[in-house]
Amino acid sequence: MDIPFTVKERPDTGLYNGKLGIWLFLASEVMLFGGLFSAYVFLRTGAESWPVGSDILNVPMATLNTMFLITSSVTMVMSWASLKLNDFGKFKMYLGFTILLAFGFLVVKYFEYTAKFEHHLYPSTNNFLGIYFTMTGLHVLHVVGGIIVIFYFLVPGNKMWQSDPDRFVNRIEIVGLYWHFVDLVWIFLFPVFYLL
Amino acid sequence: MSTDYHKESFFTKYIWSTDHKIIGLQYGITALLWLLFGFILMMIMRYQLAYPESPIPIVGALLGDGGLLPPEMYNSLGAMHGTIMIFLGVVPLAFGAFGNYFLPLQIGAIDMAFPKLNATSYWMYFVGSVVMVTGFFVPGGAANSGWTSYPPLSNIATTGQTVWLCGMVFLITSSLLGSINILATVIQLRTEGMNWMRLPIFVWVQFITAFLLLLAFPPLEAASVLQLMDRLAGTSFFMPSGLVVSGVALSNAGGGSPLLWQHLFWFLAHPEVYVLILPAFGIVVEVIANNTRKPIWGYKSIVYAVVFLGFMSFIVWAHHMFITGMGTSMSSFFQTTTMIISIPSVVILTALFMSLWGASIRYNTPMLFALGFLPMFGIGGLTGLPLGLAAADIYLHDTYYVIGHFHYVVAPGTIFALFAGIYYWFPKMTGKRMNETLGKLHFFFSLIFMNGVFLPMMAQGLAGVSRRLWDGGEMYAHAAGVLYLNEVMSISAWLLGMTQIFFIVNMIISLMSKKTGESNPWGATTLDWSATTSPPLGHGNFEVVPTVYRGPYEYSVPGADKDFTPQNEKV
Amino acid sequence: MSEYTPEEIHHHVKTYVMVFVALAALTIITVSISYLDLGVLPAVTLALIVASIKGSLVACYFMHLISEKVTIYWTLLVTLAFFLVLMFVPLSTMLVQAKV
Ligand code: HEM
Ligand SMILES: [Cu+2]
Repeated sequence: MDIPFTVKERPDTGLYNGKLGIWLFLASEVMLFGGLFSAYVFLRTGAESWPVGSDILNVPMATLNTMFLITSSVTMVMSWASLKLNDFGKFKMYLGFTILLAFGFLVVKYFEYTAKFEHHLYPSTNNFLGIYFTMTGLHVLHVVGGIIVIFYFLVPGNKMWQSDPDRFVNRIEIVGLYWHFVDLVWIFLFPVFYLL
Repeated sequence: MSTDYHKESFFTKYIWSTDHKIIGLQYGITALLWLLFGFILMMIMRYQLAYPESPIPIVGALLGDGGLLPPEMYNSLGAMHGTIMIFLGVVPLAFGAFGNYFLPLQIGAIDMAFPKLNATSYWMYFVGSVVMVTGFFVPGGAANSGWTSYPPLSNIATTGQTVWLCGMVFLITSSLLGSINILATVIQLRTEGMNWMRLPIFVWVQFITAFLLLLAFPPLEAASVLQLMDRLAGTSFFMPSGLVVSGVALSNAGGGSPLLWQHLFWFLAHPEVYVLILPAFGIVVEVIANNTRKPIWGYKSIVYAVVFLGFMSFIVWAHHMFITGMGTSMSSFFQTTTMIISIPSVVILTALFMSLWGASIRYNTPMLFALGFLPMFGIGGLTGLPLGLAAADIYLHDTYYVIGHFHYVVAPGTIFALFAGIYYWFPKMTGKRMNETLGKLHFFFSLIFMNGVFLPMMAQGLAGVSRRLWDGGEMYAHAAGVLYLNEVMSISAWLLGMTQIFFIVNMIISLMSKKTGESNPWGATTLDWSATTSPPLGHGNFEVVPTVYRGPYEYSVPGADKDFTPQNEKV
Repeated sequence: MSEYTPEEIHHHVKTYVMVFVALAALTIITVSISYLDLGVLPAVTLALIVASIKGSLVACYFMHLISEKVTIYWTLLVTLAFFLVLMFVPLSTMLVQAKV
């Protein structure tokens, strides 16, 4: 006996299990980042002084990074669409771009972090930098996690496209949802830390 | 599946099993052992409280210092008792074990929606729990800032606190995976005919509990990360400016707020108390419906009450923070929501009492525990009301009254319900019966000694004795009049411990007894009993996946040939 | 497996490209606004509005929320409610306190 609705949708909910699972997971992620954003607002409101983000952080670099992530989101959704159109070659190409862009994001982030450390700006310097490093750090971890999973489906995991194509498309949809969420978090992190 | 039976290795069968029943048992056994461990810690504490100057017997040898318990160690024991009981004991048992094992059976699912995730979730819990207790072996001992880990104290505490936080990150991840699984299973895998209003109450409470875990735990994960940063990277999220410790000004940048932690912590921890109590409700409902042989009174009111309870539990948390000076308007708000949230609990309790009305009750062991639950939870709930009123809480906050109050909820409340569940479902899990005489002895002595421990706590608390005191209040003049109660409580606690021997012996002899061959010894209506063998088949549960035709509690239906009509019996 | 036909997918792809252009444009807009020195309140408001629009675009089109199933909507609605509680209740206790 196999567990029902792993691939096909359950008629009354219209969902397959994995899709519901990932959305539930994302709901909890909303609360995780919600807790951190709440901490940010709380600390900032209660602080006697709060630095202007753009005085300390590098806005052009972060803008570039925003573009990287937005583009990677598009390539992600395009790879899913290519699969839907049975175009495995394009799927691989788009997924490859997604990983590349994600790496681009990490490289920029690396330069940003090291530049801060060179100026002796550490998490312990003040609460602005503290929460900046914590939240962007956690976000970076999400990016790294995303890269690993995407890479898995790009190379070792893609055999499923032959054995169980429907299921493979579902998997890619799920990975995509996660990846767009990572993008979405950045869309809020960017103005909150760099522009305000 | 039953037909393509294939031999499984020991590893895939018992260690990395993906069968929800095995995982449920793994959860159950691990959690029971941790409960025992937490209980032992408590018995040591109780010795210290009753006889503060004397060396601790037996374990004293481990302590050095002539067997005396140092105050820091008492604090460690207290914090770890609380943490272990809640996060390693009760939640994994109530949600992980009972939820995993019986929820899929009750909704007619052949497994959980994500079996591998399920196994991961168990092993995350296992690792987290081991990490948690390694705290005892690091310099300075285990976490000693209370299970609430309030900063700034916890920020400057010894290494054990870091271990505690790491353990929490694992435990939180585990319960996250577990709750996703339960939610997806209930939404996606209900069998044909099992619509929402036919779900057994047990399934409903697990469902709501899963929602609470899913949405309330992440903020604590966020808070744990922030506290880890404070401790390891020197940030000041929870550190106010100008803090002086033992005459030395701290070098932190400052500017943070200890209240931030309290908000994020209680945002989880209040829903958490419902995580502790909701599964208990569910078990008690199942047992009472079965042993009164009549439909549960007010099925719908119970369901709505549980849903409402789950929702409200997210907006009452600051009643733990009345004395932080958050202002009268906020206090009034939280005081009001707290009074409102007591209503659904009353609805549930009333429905259960009404269910007893006019029933010809079968007084077997599970039923006795369920019946014991009702007044004990009642006391726990009613003593909570003064704590929810800001004015009264100013006096009662952080006294033994609080300890007495919540223990009535979790110990003779939840723990009794969990025992009821174990006695009730033991025949399903093993195909064997538990001994009734030993079970009844277990119940009656537990009932007496539980009250022997917790009732005096209320008296001490009303007299103003603070909680978390290493000497049990000896150094305070205002405690002098109630000090003798310490010995009463401690002796009760040890006798309570002895009473559990009835349970352990009962377990052992019952496990060694022969299988009875009955699949539905209690004559129950839900699918876990009516559609499976005892124990249910390995991977797959059912010979034929059942279809559901009726509600969950059709007992003594007029005109039926027996006094119970299972959910899968055709109309 | 969802029920899209190839034509619909081609249509989707067009939408994705348009959303991408919109996201890029909004990023440039929000960065430019930040160089204007508007004062704290308008700056925060504008930045959050732009971020919310961008976020909604990603959620609605890339994550297909615009045509999701009710179960997902309910889950997210509940999450949103608690998210708002989490964001604003601690804050309001602090604001009240600051006034005392
Ligand atoms: C069954 C018998 C139990 C007894 C006799 C007992 C006794 C105690 C005692 C003596 C304290 C310390 C009070 C102090 O020093 O302030 C305590 C604290 C606590 N107990 Fe229990 N307990 C029991 C079960 C439980 C259970 C089942 C739970 C949870 C599910 C629990 C959760 C806690 C918590 C959270 C604390 C507070 C720890 C802290 O101060 O941070 N206990 N208990
Ligand atoms: Cu509470």
